[in-house]
Amino acid sequence: MTAAAEGSPPLRMARARRSPLLQSEAVQGIALISPTFLYALILLVLPILVVIAHSFWTQDYLTIDHTFTLENYRIALTEPIYRDLLWRSLYISLTVSLLTVLLAYPIAYFISFHGGRQKSLWLFLITIPFWTSYLLRVMSWKVILGYNGVLNSGLMGLGIIDEPSTALLYNSSAVIITLTHAWATFAILPIFVSLEKVDRTLVEAATDLGDGPLRSFLRVTLPLSAPGVISAALIVMIPTVGDYVTPKLVGGKDGVMIANAIQAQFGKASNWPLGAALSVTTMVIVSLMAGAAVLVIRALQRLAR
Amino acid sequence: MTAIRRYLPSWLSSYAALYILFLYLPVIFLPIFSINTAATPKFPLSGVTLHWYQELPRTPALIDATWNSLVVGASAAILSTVFGILAARSITRYRYPGRRTVNGLIMAPLVLPEVIVAISMLLVMLQLGLSLSLFTVVLGHVLVCIPYSMTVLTSGFEGFDRSLEEASADLGESAFGTFRRVTLPMVAPAIVSSLLVCFTISLDEFIIAFFLTGTEATLPIYIWGQLRFAAKLPGVLALGTLLLAASFVLMTVAEILRRRAARRTQNEGGLYA
Repeated sequence: MTAAAEGSPPLRMARARRSPLLQSEAVQGIALISPTFLYALILLVLPILVVIAHSFWTQDYLTIDHTFTLENYRIALTEPIYRDLLWRSLYISLTVSLLTVLLAYPIAYFISFHGGRQKSLWLFLITIPFWTSYLLRVMSWKVILGYNGVLNSGLMGLGIIDEPSTALLYNSSAVIITLTHAWATFAILPIFVSLEKVDRTLVEAATDLGDGPLRSFLRVTLPLSAPGVISAALIVMIPTVGDYVTPKLVGGKDGVMIANAIQAQFGKASNWPLGAALSVTTMVIVSLMAGAAVLVIRALQRLAR
Repeated sequence: MTAIRRYLPSWLSSYAALYILFLYLPVIFLPIFSINTAATPKFPLSGVTLHWYQELPRTPALIDATWNSLVVGASAAILSTVFGILAARSITRYRYPGRRTVNGLIMAPLVLPEVIVAISMLLVMLQLGLSLSLFTVVLGHVLVCIPYSMTVLTSGFEGFDRSLEEASADLGESAFGTFRRVTLPMVAPAIVSSLLVCFTISLDEFIIAFFLTGTEATLPIYIWGQLRFAAKLPGVLALGTLLLAASFVLMTVAEILRRRAARRTQNEGGLYA
């Protein structure tokens, strides 16, 4: 995300006082970043370790029993309800990442190759909806897909249907549509960045050597933009697997996802260790799925060349 | 083949237009139905009214939530920008082993499921005996805002001409003096941009606030509570419209400032580039 490139230190200074400078450079740099690093350590790494620890413990009413056990993982992986929720969450996040990438690629390509001088205006237009409240964007889909919603009343007004359809809201398709919309920007930006890096002379060379536009796209542009496609897929896949708001608002009974079960364990059901085990399981499985996705995209990239 | 070459850009631009429509259309329904007289959001509209907006200032719970959101947003923005300045400065100015790893860790909240980040923090805070309040919400928001702050600030700090700082040091200015009189004025737009971005994120953030707050609600939590009541929907739509407008204005200003900062340090690239 951050371009980590950095200007090389000025040569004459480096020559003048090399080793003490380098030493103090490293020390100063580490000293400067340590408050932020420590903050992330205490509020991110430590909490995740605590969650992992909890997943191996059990809870008896309000007291935590610290004896090591794999019981929570057995429940998380074999109880039909959690297994189903996990599968559904994985299916939804995979579908959403596939859809967002497919929909986003042409627009990223358009902005990068045909955006001209309006490039930054296009990017601005695309990022703005992303900065609005996630909750509100999900809410607007509820307004659109609801029984008395925009789509139903619109379709009835046009005479296409006679009575409101209940098939639009409260199912996993509603979740998929909403998430695809909500994460669109996240997919466009990484693809755009990698398309910007594609050396235009390579595309010209392919054309000069007789490749048509489709062939040169498939054999040059597409494989070269694979890193962007990979990060777009990951950036959508990993967070959406644990989405809570969308399934809760538009998912209904059939669209419940694993995050809703995790939340229940920390709320009403009050079984922290089980909630912790569900979180860890979700993270491990989605990481495996993400790893597999990367391998598939890389294999396709090699095939294309 | 020549046909493809000729028609592709126009196909692509119509696709782009459709895509923008897909991005904006759902959000546009909120303002449309917030001025509708009927309580249910459906077509055709029954009449135009500002009634739902006039009701908003008469709701004490909403006033409290607004105040809470402003306090949390301002605190989170200032804290995460301070952390962001330190880290972005370190990343762009110095070289040291482990730089990429540390950067990766700081950016990690961006790509982790929010629910998992939230419940992990919840567990630790409860274990430490911290009682849940707006303070714990601020702690959580700072964690998720730092990556955005870092992105904005590194794009402002990068390409910064180091010879200016060296000149200042050669002319006898102290390290702090150089930072205050040379570096800071150059990067001020990026810092303001980071403040606005973080404030907006905190203002709109729901999940972390939902898990980490005690009894006090922020605006998104207030909205969440109102969503259960169908009759309250128009009020929520009106409030949502105001929030959308606030985010839009804040982010536009932030983007203009960020671009100015990038121009000052002769650096190109978007918020994500």
